[in-house]
Amino acid sequence: MSLLKVQNLTKEFPLGFFGKERLKAVDDVSFEIERSRIVSLIGESGSGKTTVGKLILKLIRPSSGQILVNGRDITQIKGKELREYYRKVQGVFQDPFSSFNPIYKIDRVLNMVFEEFFPDTPDSERKTRMEEVIASVGMNPREILGKYPHQLSGGQLQRILIARTLLLDVELLIADEIISMLDASTRVDILNLLGDLRERGMSVIFITHDLSLGYYISDETFIMYRGNIVEMGDTEKVFHNPIHPYTKMLLESVPEIDRKWDLSKRFVPELVSSSNAPCKYYDRCPIRDEKCLVQKPEMVEVEKNHKVLCLKAGD
Amino acid sequence: MIGVAEVVLDVRDLRIYYRTLYGYVKAVDGVSFDIKRGEILGIAGESGCGKSTLGNGLILLKPPMKYMGGEAILDGKNIMALSPKELRKVRYGKISIIPQYAMDAMNPTKKIKQIIDDLLHEHGESFERKKDLIEERLEIVNLGKKVLNMYPIELSGGMKQRMVMVISTLMNPDVLIADEITSALDVSSQRSVIQMLYEMREKKIMGSLAFITHDLSVLYQIADKVMVLYAGRVAEISPMADIVQEPLHPYTKMLLSSLPKIGVRYSQTKLKGIPGYPPSLLNIGPGCRFRDRCPYAFEKCEQDPPVFDVDGRKVSCWLFERGDVN
Repeated sequence: MSLLKVQNLTKEFPLGFFGKERLKAVDDVSFEIERSRIVSLIGESGSGKTTVGKLILKLIRPSSGQILVNGRDITQIKGKELREYYRKVQGVFQDPFSSFNPIYKIDRVLNMVFEEFFPDTPDSERKTRMEEVIASVGMNPREILGKYPHQLSGGQLQRILIARTLLLDVELLIADEIISMLDASTRVDILNLLGDLRERGMSVIFITHDLSLGYYISDETFIMYRGNIVEMGDTEKVFHNPIHPYTKMLLESVPEIDRKWDLSKRFVPELVSSSNAPCKYYDRCPIRDEKCLVQKPEMVEVEKNHKVLCLKAGD
Repeated sequence: MIGVAEVVLDVRDLRIYYRTLYGYVKAVDGVSFDIKRGEILGIAGESGCGKSTLGNGLILLKPPMKYMGGEAILDGKNIMALSPKELRKVRYGKISIIPQYAMDAMNPTKKIKQIIDDLLHEHGESFERKKDLIEERLEIVNLGKKVLNMYPIELSGGMKQRMVMVISTLMNPDVLIADEITSALDVSSQRSVIQMLYEMREKKIMGSLAFITHDLSVLYQIADKVMVLYAGRVAEISPMADIVQEPLHPYTKMLLSSLPKIGVRYSQTKLKGIPGYPPSLLNIGPGCRFRDRCPYAFEKCEQDPPVFDVDGRKVSCWLFERGDVN
């Protein structure tokens, strides 16, 4: 049984004043994640990647679809069951500074885990556990405990939030853009930390817009475009044999040292969509044809563990 | 660039501090560089290295920012010492900036056309008189005429950023400072913004460009020369190609080797970040500011390193004192 199985997950948001129109932020998304895996969910702003994370964390409710964790649908659970759920599934978000209350010391964020889940733990044991987890994310507890958030850097705060998940027996961590606010010189250390978590048996959904970071750390990659997963599979396959025209375009526009763009060649930026084609990439697609206007694309497996949502994938 | 191009902006030993209750934060502390005509200079560094202070300070010194010394010569005049009235003539005409987050600073209650008109009035121009030019420029950034009648919220981030590029360059500035204009954008919008800056230079819409960013891989696509700042000082100034092939300063070296790129995987090559954190710039004393994180640090690093010339490249590190060490 997979750790996480998402089936036909859809989330609609009302648009406009009366909410008559609806925006499908997540549109019929299905995937599975095994234990001890890192999966990158890559997409541009508005692709729905953060919404997927929020749905799994139960911060918002899905419009339809199922989220099975260890085989159990969690979309309806509440109360005691929900609390149990949060022992297994946790999130870390983009802005570490806003995850801390600036008037309290760092210790509180860790202590709250005990208050919430293990209230009977004696103080001395709490302290030892806190020191343990801080050390295991590569920091010296003496330099961290007793400090206020403003005395630490973004990278340090982000590590503390990851350390927090180690106090629980978290099986699935949703890491939503956790390094995009950090400096380049400390970023990669946080990524390596995710690698350590995987070795401890944790699975991570690493939500990012940065393809090279996703490539570095993840076993599998899901590419999202306007609510759909358009390409998914083993990271090596998606990056080295991209099939969907959107994935290809993304990979071409990643800025990389040692690989210069041809700036004399015209690059077509985003367009305001005008057609109502069933394929959402139709307006930008260089390989579209008439059938894309009438037929809805389905996920097809192009090779083992590599699927693409494109009618022309087989061509 | 062809031959020896003329220097457009010459910055010498510029110092811009922030005044606080506890003393001075030395955000830009003795920075020297120049920009030649037609050149794209990348200004790179991590948060708090002074890159935005430098960019903003050249255009508009706002308290608590304080000009403490040095000069920035543009067109024979030190723009740091101009009176507000004189500076007003230079600003946006000779030197212009696309500030960070400018795309979120457009008045949401006005149409784009009105926003442009308001700005042009400041320079004794009007939208009607510049209409043809504006439409031509919109063409370059791939926006249609119809955006002029739209409100800012109707545009996506990438489109807004392109609109801001049009607005900031209407006066054909000699020097344009672009502060983190690609950071909030998606990869495909990033690429189109870079492409458009390139075209604007080719078409001589702007003379030279100072492109401030924390992202070296974006700079690599467009910059001719890079200045790497660390904690308010210049670490290294080198041609873009050289810095990638053979970084000189230990900071540049470590920074470049910490960057993930496609082809590098955790399971095969474990990258390493730079241990430690930059120093606080509040009342900071002498000495190399990277020394606490530097694996090559030695006694001499307790003194301020001068800028050494290594084959035409500039590096501020004691390892290069004799010019033959690498």
